[in-house]
Amino acid sequence: MYLGKVIGTVVASRKSPGLEGLRLMAVMPINHDGTPRSTMIVAADAVNSGPGDIVHLVGSREASLAFENQFVPLDAAIVGVVDSIDLEELP
Amino acid sequence: MILGRVIGTVVSTVKHPEYKGLKLLVVQPVGTDGAAHGDSFIAVDDVQAGVGDTILAIREGNGARQIFGRKDFPIRAVIVGIVDQIDVM
Repeated sequence: MYLGKVIGTVVASRKSPGLEGLRLMAVMPINHDGTPRSTMIVAADAVNSGPGDIVHLVGSREASLAFENQFVPLDAAIVGVVDSIDLEELP
Repeated sequence: MILGRVIGTVVSTVKHPEYKGLKLLVVQPVGTDGAAHGDSFIAVDDVQAGVGDTILAIREGNGARQIFGRKDFPIRAVIVGIVDQIDVM
């Protein structure tokens, strides 16, 4: 589970039937300080996030559990919109 | 399981229903010397850990779901212990 910043939306008309009806978002995975963790990914959205939001994602097999459909071919799902991150103060 | 240090808390109002009522923490993986290793991640807290604690975390979904007893919980990372002491040769 990791943080990300939604940077856009992705539209795919022709796709696997398991992906029908899902909102696909372009997400930049980030660390707590905002630095990128990897290159951009595409994640399905379970919580109505929008571009600019900081979100919390779950990856791997668990991504498909965020949706009702049993067979959702996914490896990343947005499961929360982050309001705030409170970090410890460095000495 | 990995060693980590809790470095922050995450607040989110809009979230997947399964996450309701759970505490999300930012964890930085660390070595036995306490130095940071790799990227931080988000974990659900099961042991009342707090910011500054050195913790044990699992990053694997099956065990994580067993802890909460819910088979369709989209979760992978859980804090399962607070470390008191580490002794290494």
